[in-house]
Amino acid sequence: MSDALLEVRDLSKSFGALVVADAVSLSLRPGARHALIGPNGAGKTTLVNLITGTVEPSAGVILLDGHDITHWPQARRVKRGLARTFQINTLFRGLSVLENVCMAVSERRSLSARLWRRADARGDVIAEAMALLESVKLDEDAQRQVRELPYGRQRLVELAIALGLHPKVLLLDEPAAGVPSTESHVLLEAVEALSESIAVLMIEHDMDIVFRFAQRITVLVSGAILTEGTPAEVGADPRVREVYLGENAELRGGSR
Amino acid sequence: MEQPAYQNPLRTGAIRPAELLPWLAAGSGFFLFPDYLQLGAQILIMVLFAMSLDMILGYAGIVSLGHAALFGTGAYTAGILSAHVGWSEPLSGLVIAGLVAGVVGFVCGAVILYTRGLTLLMLTLAVTILLQELANEQEHWTGGDDGLQGVVMEPLFGVFEFDLYGQTAYLYALAVLFVMFLAARAIVNSSFGQSLRGIRENERRMHAIGCPVYRQMLRAYTIAAVMAGVAGALLAQTTEFVALDVLSFERSGDVMIMLILGGTGRLYGAFIGAPLYMILQDQLAKLSPEYWLFGIGALLVATILYAPEGMLGLTERLRAWATREDS
Repeated sequence: MSDALLEVRDLSKSFGALVVADAVSLSLRPGARHALIGPNGAGKTTLVNLITGTVEPSAGVILLDGHDITHWPQARRVKRGLARTFQINTLFRGLSVLENVCMAVSERRSLSARLWRRADARGDVIAEAMALLESVKLDEDAQRQVRELPYGRQRLVELAIALGLHPKVLLLDEPAAGVPSTESHVLLEAVEALSESIAVLMIEHDMDIVFRFAQRITVLVSGAILTEGTPAEVGADPRVREVYLGENAELRGGSR
Repeated sequence: MEQPAYQNPLRTGAIRPAELLPWLAAGSGFFLFPDYLQLGAQILIMVLFAMSLDMILGYAGIVSLGHAALFGTGAYTAGILSAHVGWSEPLSGLVIAGLVAGVVGFVCGAVILYTRGLTLLMLTLAVTILLQELANEQEHWTGGDDGLQGVVMEPLFGVFEFDLYGQTAYLYALAVLFVMFLAARAIVNSSFGQSLRGIRENERRMHAIGCPVYRQMLRAYTIAAVMAGVAGALLAQTTEFVALDVLSFERSGDVMIMLILGGTGRLYGAFIGAPLYMILQDQLAKLSPEYWLFGIGALLVATILYAPEGMLGLTERLRAWATREDS
């Protein structure tokens, strides 16, 4: 028995002849800071969709905290501590920033079936959501509608919603995509401030962020794992350099 | 501009002074238009019906063209209770009709809410057509095409007779609407109501935060069904008659137009749209019995083009514009 929080064994998915995930195995222990990289179309987001349950795998097993969740519905996985963010903002655009985060907090606290008590009278939910917004420096925008925020600031709402779920395992799908480099530090600091008890898997294209964040890196190519290792190992791997030639200028060595 | 209040930064459920207006209007209507109380009662009933549609369309984002199925179920339940069972006590009849409509809504919802978009729309329509055909066939129970005769109502609380002028009918409808409104207002401002808004805004994200989306939608659909059923029962009880058109596609369409005219997702849209539509219909029909629909159609086109969020959306925009000019 492993003590991994999230374990993926030989996960495969094919749409007809197109193989998008090919016997992928992955293991995240508590405190893991794991990056998933790979060229466009490598199947990184598909892997997140498989793990969270929006796509049914063709074969393989997913274990969350020891439970076989392979065939669980999405909501049940979330209740067990599996949260994600989206590569493209997937927010409640017509609601305020605060309401967006409150949505996650009240769902986690199983309040969403409560018919009578006013949502705005739940001071504890609001206080918790405000604290989350402060942690990503969004507290001054709490009252604004999400659609009024610049895209980069919306990315922070994306993260705050996921944090409001108190995940054990957090899957971040290109959290910094669309965030101006002047603001990406807020996002990274929020991720770095996360508790050591939770495991984080981050898909990211920006190698500066990957090497700053990750303890381990998995390289995915055409749905299959090319290699996995420490940033130094992966950075020095000639196959990885080959895959990335033309994609990104070059991989930096594993200096942290 | 002042910093927003930190203590209660949501403030969605606080009562605003403007919320008293529709009730003042409805109350004074009783004294100002004593000759129109029958029409007034029908307007109040349609307000309730439109409010129940707002629950699913405006809050949960479920587009239904078959909301009359639930209205009609309530109307026939209350009517048949009186005409065939001899149960003519209005309040208990109203409760039973609401419950029956709730059960029908739950069963229909359980099936149709697996679908989305056009499929969902067509299924809601199909349910109404099926029920209308059923009511048409079961002549013994419903009177078929001729309508259900023989509905009589005992005095309300054993005291207030349903009079020819519609005084009792009006106040009865107003009281029931008020109670239903208080419930609806609490529900849409609750955590559950917030969750429905979330589903409307982004269903995908709701799944991703662990919300049992299907269950939430079914809850909303059932609650709306009870309200629609109560509205239908009110119509049967106050007019002491049930016609097949309570189950018609036109009624589903009318109520949707009323809600869109008033504005969806605001609860008060029904209070503007239903009176506007019905008074206009009444006046235009007097003016030109043949072409009154043209007037309604023109108003709808203008609304969609220039006030897509209905009259309430328009007033909100105007107010925002006015305050911007001030500062």
